[in-house]
Amino acid sequence: MTTAATATRGLVEITKVRKSFGATEVLKGVSLTVEPGGVAVIVGPSGSGKSTLLRTINHLEKVDGGFISIDGKLVGYEVRGERLLELREKEILKQRTEIGMVFQNFNLFPHLTALENVAEAPVVAQGRSKEEARRRGLELLDRVGLKDRAGAYPRQLSGGQQQRVAIARALALDPKTLLFDEPTSALDPELVNEVLDVIRELAKSGTTLIIVTHEMGFARDVADTVAFMDEGQIVEQGSPEQIFTNPQEPRTRSFFSKVLEPAFNI
Amino acid sequence: MATDYSSYRVVAAKHPWRWVGTAVVALGVLAVAWSLATNPRWEWGVVAQWFTAQSVINGLLETLKLTAISGILGFVLGFILALMRLSASPLLVSVSWTFSWIFRSTPLLVQMLLWYNLGYLYEKISLGIPFTDVRFFEMQTTTLISQFAAAVLGLTLNQAAYSAEIIRGGILSVDQGQLEAAAALGIPAWRRSTRIVLPQAMRAILPTAFNEIIGLVKGTSIVYVLAYSELFYTVQVIYNRTQQVLPLLLVATLWYVVITSVLSVFQYYIERHYSKGAVRNLPLTPLQKARKFFATHAVANNRARSL
Ligand SMILES: Nc1ncnc2c1ncn2[C@@H]1O[C@H](COP(=O)(O)OP(=O)(O)OP(=O)(O)O)[C@@H](O)[C@H]1O
Ligand SMILES: [Mg+2]
Repeated sequence: MTTAATATRGLVEITKVRKSFGATEVLKGVSLTVEPGGVAVIVGPSGSGKSTLLRTINHLEKVDGGFISIDGKLVGYEVRGERLLELREKEILKQRTEIGMVFQNFNLFPHLTALENVAEAPVVAQGRSKEEARRRGLELLDRVGLKDRAGAYPRQLSGGQQQRVAIARALALDPKTLLFDEPTSALDPELVNEVLDVIRELAKSGTTLIIVTHEMGFARDVADTVAFMDEGQIVEQGSPEQIFTNPQEPRTRSFFSKVLEPAFNI
Repeated sequence: MATDYSSYRVVAAKHPWRWVGTAVVALGVLAVAWSLATNPRWEWGVVAQWFTAQSVINGLLETLKLTAISGILGFVLGFILALMRLSASPLLVSVSWTFSWIFRSTPLLVQMLLWYNLGYLYEKISLGIPFTDVRFFEMQTTTLISQFAAAVLGLTLNQAAYSAEIIRGGILSVDQGQLEAAAALGIPAWRRSTRIVLPQAMRAILPTAFNEIIGLVKGTSIVYVLAYSELFYTVQVIYNRTQQVLPLLLVATLWYVVITSVLSVFQYYIERHYSKGAVRNLPLTPLQKARKFFATHAVANNRARSL
């Protein structure tokens, strides 16, 4: 479906990841592999642990068990003989520049202009020159259709425009993989598509994408793999056709019968 | 077809109570101004004579010096205390908490006198290796802690305790998502604080911080207990000699008003600077408003003339 065959970087392997907050286990041994350039969509009911899983991938959340690797390199740890050494802050920050993240509520820096938002991290996290970061920032804003709003502050932009700036900001680090946590659920319905279109473009570009979303039509359209998550586990995964039209597990079936009904007509 | 209202005249809404309120306030202001100007006991001549006298100006400079030094040191120390308080280390948190607790619970006057009389408690102050006889430096406490040093110490430590809380409050007011987004982008911790969090915290910090600094300007008058010749002590010395109490208090008051006014103008522009991006569109400054007013009215006048 996508150009996964041509991409050479961004292999994400999640193996038996566990995570608890206090006494409640939120991730109960989650495994998922996304091929380089692949697009994985994670769906599931609220509270099933989708956001937590995404946050473990860029080590915003430490795992309690299992491991995650990108192109064979462990996230957050270093293999030394038979031991796993926890990486220091500086090395974790460096790893994070290879994993972009786009948040549900954008989290743009409100006191910086669109261009400054995009050009900040390449300079301080990757040591690029200001001039280069600016030039590349304008390119990326152009790519998400916002070149003429480069000087605007986030509050002067619509929700959809803000989310597109946030996508450009994540792309500025040239990441191997991009994580999207419900990128359109804070948006008015008429603004959803302008953001989804940008993500569709990205899906064709060969960057590995992992997307949590409730937009089932979009998921079906863009995904190579769909994973259905419930109560901290991936209950079922497979191609979009498989999961949407012929789910095997009763839990998957009952979830889709609730969310797909009026909105999703094939 | 809908009625076309474009030829109708717009009549502005009327606000009678606004006019009543304005009139009452205007009357009050007039009455105060009248009594100030006409009551001979204010002795405006004496005020004018002392307002720019050399000794008063010297006192004023001392006040400004004390405010600047203890204001800057106080806020720097307060910033460090705030970071300590927000850190993950329980030791740093409790040190910072204890500092604020002690200095906020003792009267400034007492602290000041305590510092000045430190020589009574500890005769010598020395710097060396603890529990050994090695001393790099040793001095009589009374020579080290002059009136000036006691004043700066007292004001600074006290100010630090209060500004630590103000800065901490500002930092806490910034959305947690901002830090998370910055961390996800690989931005280093120091840069996260200075570039992402602090500029946003400033909006909450500034109004209270200026309150504190303005309080400090007048608070410096408390060092008269150390017989330190800042503005207030200076006018006291003068009126004790000349018996012109009220006019000289007025001299000091007027200078405090001048300093506060200048600070308020600074405050306006600094707050405006940090509100970039926080409001959709920055309102015009008073200067810009005035310019716009004259520009549009000049145009109106020209048009009127050319008709
Ligand atoms: N920091 C935390 N401390 C305690 N519990 C947490 C924390 N973060 C998440 N949880 C809990 O973990 C569970 C999974 O949360 P998560 O945000 O991953 O769900 P989600 O699948 O993203 O849900 P949604 O679709 O509503 O965003 C929830 O029960 C939540 O209450
Ligand atoms: Mg979530």
